[in-house]
Amino acid sequence: MKLIVAIIRPDRLNEVLEALYRAEVRGLTVSRVMGHGGETDRVETYRGVTVKMELQEKVRLEIGVSEPFVDITVNAILASARTGEVGDGKVFVLDVAQVHRIRTGERDEAAVTPPQPAEV
Amino acid sequence: MDQISGADTAWMLATTALVLLMTPALAFFYGGLVRAKNSLNTMMMSFVALGVVGLVWALLAYSLAFSEGSALLGGTANALLAGVNTEAKGTIPHVLFMAYQGTFAIITAALISGAVVERMRFGPYVLFLVVWSLVVYAPVAHWVWGGGWLMTRGILDFAGGTVVHINAGVSALVAALVLGTRKDYGRQAILPHNVPFTLLGAGLLWFGWFGFNGGSALGANGLAGLAFTNTFLAPMATLVVWALLDYARTGHATAVGGATAIVVGLVAITPAAGFVSPLGALALGGLAAFPSYFAIVLRSRTRLDDSLDVFAGHGIGGLTGALLTGVFASKGWNSAGADGLLAGNPGQVAVQALGAFTSLLYAGVMTFVILKLLGQVVALRAAPKVEGLGMDVSQHGEEAYASGEGSILVLPAEEGPALAPAPSLTPHVAAR
Repeated sequence: MKLIVAIIRPDRLNEVLEALYRAEVRGLTVSRVMGHGGETDRVETYRGVTVKMELQEKVRLEIGVSEPFVDITVNAILASARTGEVGDGKVFVLDVAQVHRIRTGERDEAAVTPPQPAEV
Repeated sequence: MDQISGADTAWMLATTALVLLMTPALAFFYGGLVRAKNSLNTMMMSFVALGVVGLVWALLAYSLAFSEGSALLGGTANALLAGVNTEAKGTIPHVLFMAYQGTFAIITAALISGAVVERMRFGPYVLFLVVWSLVVYAPVAHWVWGGGWLMTRGILDFAGGTVVHINAGVSALVAALVLGTRKDYGRQAILPHNVPFTLLGAGLLWFGWFGFNGGSALGANGLAGLAFTNTFLAPMATLVVWALLDYARTGHATAVGGATAIVVGLVAITPAAGFVSPLGALALGGLAAFPSYFAIVLRSRTRLDDSLDVFAGHGIGGLTGALLTGVFASKGWNSAGADGLLAGNPGQVAVQALGAFTSLLYAGVMTFVILKLLGQVVALRAAPKVEGLGMDVSQHGEEAYASGEGSILVLPAEEGPALAPAPSLTPHVAAR
């Protein structure tokens, strides 16, 4: 199994969630983060004080998946998060040593498989 | 020659300030209902009316509305405030009368913004306000209050149910149709970002509305007392009925519903405030909850993105109020008014309906024409990408809730950043 970490634009979050839902990828964690992907700095002005916003708001998704779902998940994120402009984000795929489902104590593949086996 | 009354002038000075406060109050009401990334823009759409509509009013629109002219439009005798001096107009100084009426023009124009928030570009919106105030607001104000044709037919519109609310409500409906839906509308949940702002706005609107209705007696007298008290009572009934409807339908009395109910009650009592009994005001306020409540429920199931329900609140609320004024009006409470249906004069309902529907038609058609013409010259809408980024950053270069994280001060004398860029702390920056 793998941990997929994706950094995306906040305004693409709904599209990405919809794409993941359609790809039947269940179970993920979302957090708001600040970051910079090389895009042009945004300039804001408050009472004559001009500032460049170096860090932009981004959203980080963390999804633990079993092997058959790795490509499906990555492709769903790539297709839905892309705008073509600098700053669209990254997808990282990481190896995972162990996974435990806290509720049942299941581990590894069983722990990242949704509860109803009929779904896969 | 009219004499200036000290008491009347004192009251009208206070009410002018009260009504002016309604526009910032509206900014809070609307600002709380939109998403955080659009909240400054939404509030600025109200605040900017304090500037541009006020200017247009003083320079020309006041004259078109209130100076002598034809049955359809006033003249230019008071343009550039010519002849608007400290001599009496009624029992108050003419300058004060102009300022008081100006506050109405400002809030009416600002009301429309609720239908086009989160997508209309700021510049075109400002241009729209200027043209709309001259082409729609000034003529309709003249018809009803400035000696125009509806005034001579005996329409009862105490403080602007037709001029302000029907006018703004239908213009908002048309503007929402011309602009089209927000890109996320019907695809994602679009939630209010700060409901306490909306409650604060509703409370301040109520406070200001005492000036709006109480001041429309244009004096400190018994009529002002009646209008003030009716403004006190009617929204109470609306609030209770609305909360019960909410509870019956969803199992909760909602805060956004409560704030909306207060505004609907205020809108509905506006045309009636100086013509109906206090008990009539309670009945009117309670009845007014029904049409607006169900209009909002139905509207949200359609593709009509009147984003903050200006039509359901002000259009439908104003229409209900205008018609019910014809039902509950009584000469026993205001001898200068008229009897309504309950006092044995069904004809008054017809006059009210005529006034309401002609204003509705005129404002609707003219708003459509103004926006279509304006749309030929400039783009009315922000590009979808800009809409996604948010209107605060794109239209104003500011954020409502800037954290300051990752921002670099740019000193005016220098080119480029004054300080070295912040160290890269987050892992994915290092990884790029």
